[in-house]
Amino acid sequence: MVTNSLGRQLPETFFGKKVQPYQDPYNRKPVGNHATRHLRRHNPGDNKLLDSLRAAIEVSGLKSGMCIATHHHLRNGDALLNLVVREIDRMGIRDIRIASSSVHPVHAELIPFIQKGVISGFECGVNGLIGEMVSRGELDCPIIVRTHGGRARSLITGEVVVDVAFIAAPSCDCYGNMNGFFGPSACGSLGYAFTDAQYARCVVAVTDNLTAAPVAPVSIPQSLVDYVVQIDTLGDPRKIVSTTTQVTRDPVGLQIARYAAQVIDASGLLRDGFSFQTGAGGISLAVAEQVRRMMSQAQIKGSFGCGGITGYFVDMLEEGLFRTLFDVQCFDLKAVESIGRNLHHQEMSADTYANPFNSGAMVNLLDCVILGATEIDVNFNVNVNTESNGYLLHNTGGHSDAAAGAKLSIITAPLLRGRLPIIRDTVTTVTTPGRTIDVIVTERGIAVNDHQQELKQELIRRKVPVRDIVELREEACRITGEPRPVEFTDEVVALIEYRDGTIIDAVRKVKE
Amino acid sequence: MKNSFRLRRSLLYVPGNMPSMLQNIPIFESDAVMIDLEDAVPYSEKDAARTLVQSFLNTCQDRNKEIFVRINSLKTDWWQQDLQAILPARPDGVRLPEADSPEYVEHLDTVLTEFEEELGIEIGHFKILPSIETAEGVINCIKTARSSSRLIGLAFGAEDYTASLEIERTKTGEELFAARTRVVWACKSAGIQAIDTIFSDVSDMEALRRETTLIKTLGFSGKSLVNPRQIEVVHEVFAPKQEEIDYALQVIEAIQKAREMGTGVISLGGKMVDAPVVKRAVKILKTAQAHGLIDMQLDEEVIYGHK
Repeated sequence: MVTNSLGRQLPETFFGKKVQPYQDPYNRKPVGNHATRHLRRHNPGDNKLLDSLRAAIEVSGLKSGMCIATHHHLRNGDALLNLVVREIDRMGIRDIRIASSSVHPVHAELIPFIQKGVISGFECGVNGLIGEMVSRGELDCPIIVRTHGGRARSLITGEVVVDVAFIAAPSCDCYGNMNGFFGPSACGSLGYAFTDAQYARCVVAVTDNLTAAPVAPVSIPQSLVDYVVQIDTLGDPRKIVSTTTQVTRDPVGLQIARYAAQVIDASGLLRDGFSFQTGAGGISLAVAEQVRRMMSQAQIKGSFGCGGITGYFVDMLEEGLFRTLFDVQCFDLKAVESIGRNLHHQEMSADTYANPFNSGAMVNLLDCVILGATEIDVNFNVNVNTESNGYLLHNTGGHSDAAAGAKLSIITAPLLRGRLPIIRDTVTTVTTPGRTIDVIVTERGIAVNDHQQELKQELIRRKVPVRDIVELREEACRITGEPRPVEFTDEVVALIEYRDGTIIDAVRKVKE
Repeated sequence: MKNSFRLRRSLLYVPGNMPSMLQNIPIFESDAVMIDLEDAVPYSEKDAARTLVQSFLNTCQDRNKEIFVRINSLKTDWWQQDLQAILPARPDGVRLPEADSPEYVEHLDTVLTEFEEELGIEIGHFKILPSIETAEGVINCIKTARSSSRLIGLAFGAEDYTASLEIERTKTGEELFAARTRVVWACKSAGIQAIDTIFSDVSDMEALRRETTLIKTLGFSGKSLVNPRQIEVVHEVFAPKQEEIDYALQVIEAIQKAREMGTGVISLGGKMVDAPVVKRAVKILKTAQAHGLIDMQLDEEVIYGHK
C-alpha cells in the first residue's frame, strides 16, 4: 500500500502498472517525448474502403491482449462500441482493453463480453451499470478512470497505447476525411477523437454517411486515417441529450443558481473578456441563464464559452455575449446544428481543451467554471465518481481539468439530496482536489475556500450568506442525522487517475 | 405608522403535509412563510400534518423569517386541534381563513391569550393575519382591521372571494378592484399592512409582475405566494427605484440639517420637507436596505428628533 498527499490508500500496482501517488495539482513535470507510431505510405489508387467491420478488424491486426478505443460523442446513443465488441467476440479475440473516451449506460450490453473474457479492463471511466457491478464484485474488470484532459495526455505520452481506434464519423469520404457536423448521426464536435486519430497504431473511420470525397469541412483529415468502413447506423443522436438540458424549475436549484451568480458577480471576473464553462445540468443552466442576464444588462462582451456546449451557449454566442465557443463535445442538437454553420463555434480537441502536459490548455484561460458534485468534504475535495452507496457510477469528464484551470471554480450542489447530506467529513472518493476548488454553493449557504479570502470578504460585504464549510456540514447532519458509513473490502476495483497521471484515489469493492 | 418596520412583501404558502417542502423553508428568501393546515391538506391527512408541522417548528428554532400557520377556519371542527398542536412550538402567528367578520378575529384573540397564559409566553406574541375572502368579509373588513391588537395586516383572498361572487377570476383582475381597494383602506386606516392574494399561474411570471405592480400601486405592501419561484419577481417589483432612493437620501440629509438648525421643516429643491415626507423617505430607505440596495445606518433620533 502507498498513501498519496490526500491520505488516500492506494495499491502499489494495478492493472499491470505501477501506481504514482497524487502529490499536488500543478507540479508534476512530464519527461520524454510524444508517443510515436509507425510511418505509413499510401500510394495513389490505394484503397482504404472496406466492406465490413470484420474486414477492418482483420486488416488492423487486432489481436488478443490489445487495446481499442471509440469516442462518446453520441453519448447514450452510441452503437459503435457494442458493434465492434460483438464482432471482436465473433472473431475469437479475447483479453481486449477498452480505452474509449467514455462508456455510457447503453454499453451495459458489453457486460456478457466482460464475463466471457472478451473485455479484460477499461482504461477509461464508465457511467452506469458496469461500474456498479464492478463495485459489487459481480464483474471482474479493472477500471482506470481518467479526466478528459488526462485521457488525451495518456495517449500522447504513450502511457496508454491504443492499438486500433474505431472513430464514428457522421460524415466521411472514402479516403477518411471526416467531420461530425452533418449526416443522420451528426454529433457536432469530434473533440475526443482527435488524439485517437493522431496516436492510435491503426485508425479506422466508421461511417453511416459515406459522401463524395472530399468531405467539407474536414475535422480529422485523411492523412491520419488508415481504413474506412460503412455501416448502417452509428447510433441515435437524439440520445446525446442524457441530462435535462433545461433550466431547472426546482426552487432549491434556482436558489443555488442565484447564489452562484452572486458569487460570479462578486468575483470581479464578470467584465469584458469573461470566459465561462458550465455543464448541461439544470442548475448549471440556471446559472448560465443568470450570467447571461447579468452580461446583457451590463453590456459585457465575453471572450469564450468552453467545454461541452449546449444550446444556451449557442444563444449567448449569437447574442454577442461571447466572441467564440470552444466545443469539445456538443451536449444537445442545437449545438450540433450550430457548429456546422457558425465559424465562431469552434471544434476543440480534448488535448487543447484540458491536457496538462502541452503548451497550455484552454482550461487555463477560463475565468469561471460551474461544476457539480455527488459529495464534498470539509477540505473542499469533490467526488463525482461514486455515490453515497459506494458504487462507481460516473465518469469524471472535464471536472478536475476545468477546476484546475479556471480562476474561479464553483461547485453547485444541494446540501441535502433525498435524505443524505452532501457535505461530509471525508468523501467516499476524491475526484478533484480541494486545492483547485474555490467556492461551494448550496441552497443553505456558500463556503469559500481559504485561499480566496478577498472574494470571501466581498461576499460578506454584499450580505451573501457565507458559511463555514464545517458549519454547513453540521447543519446538514442536524437535519438528516449522521449517515451510516458504507463498508468496503480491501479489494481495489478501480483507480481514479488525476489529470497528470498520478492516482488521486482508489475505489474498493463494497461489502454487502 | 409605528417605528417598528417589518418588510412583508412575500408570504409564501408551504403545504403542511409535505416534509420535503417544509425542510426547505429556511432557504427561501421570502419575508414570511405560511405553513398551510387548511386547503393544501386533505381531510385524511389533517392529523399527520399537525404532527409534522409541530415537529418542524420544534426543529426549526433558529429562524430567518416569520413563520405563520394557516389553521383551519373557525367554522370547522379542526382549528382548536391545530392551535393545540402548533402553538407550543411558537410560530410567529396564525393566518385565519374566512375572517368574515370581526367576531372571528376576536374569538381567536381570546383563545390565543389563553394559550399564551398557559404556555407562559408574553401576551400578544402570536400575531394574527386574517383572510378577507368572501363578499361578507370585504364588507366587514373595515371593522375587522381594528378588531385586535394582534393584527399585522389583512390578507385578501381572491380565489374564495370570486367563488363567493360566483364569477371567474381573470388575469387582469378588474373584478377584484373594488374589494382590493376596500381592503387597502381598512388596513391603512388601522395602521396595518395590506397583503394581496395569490397568483396561481406559476409559469406566467410576466402576468405576476403586472399584477404585483398593480397591487403595489393600489397600496398593498405584500403578496401571498404559492411557489418560491414567484419570490424574486415580487421583490423586484417592490424594490425601490434608484431615483426614489436618491431623493429619500436627499430628504434625510435635509432633515438632518434642519434638526441641527433646530427646526422640523426645511425646503428641498423648492418643496417642503416635513414629517410625512420624512416618513416616506425613511420607509423607502429601510426597504432599500432590506433589498441590499444601500448600506447605511438610519439614526432614528436624528430623523424623528426623538427615539
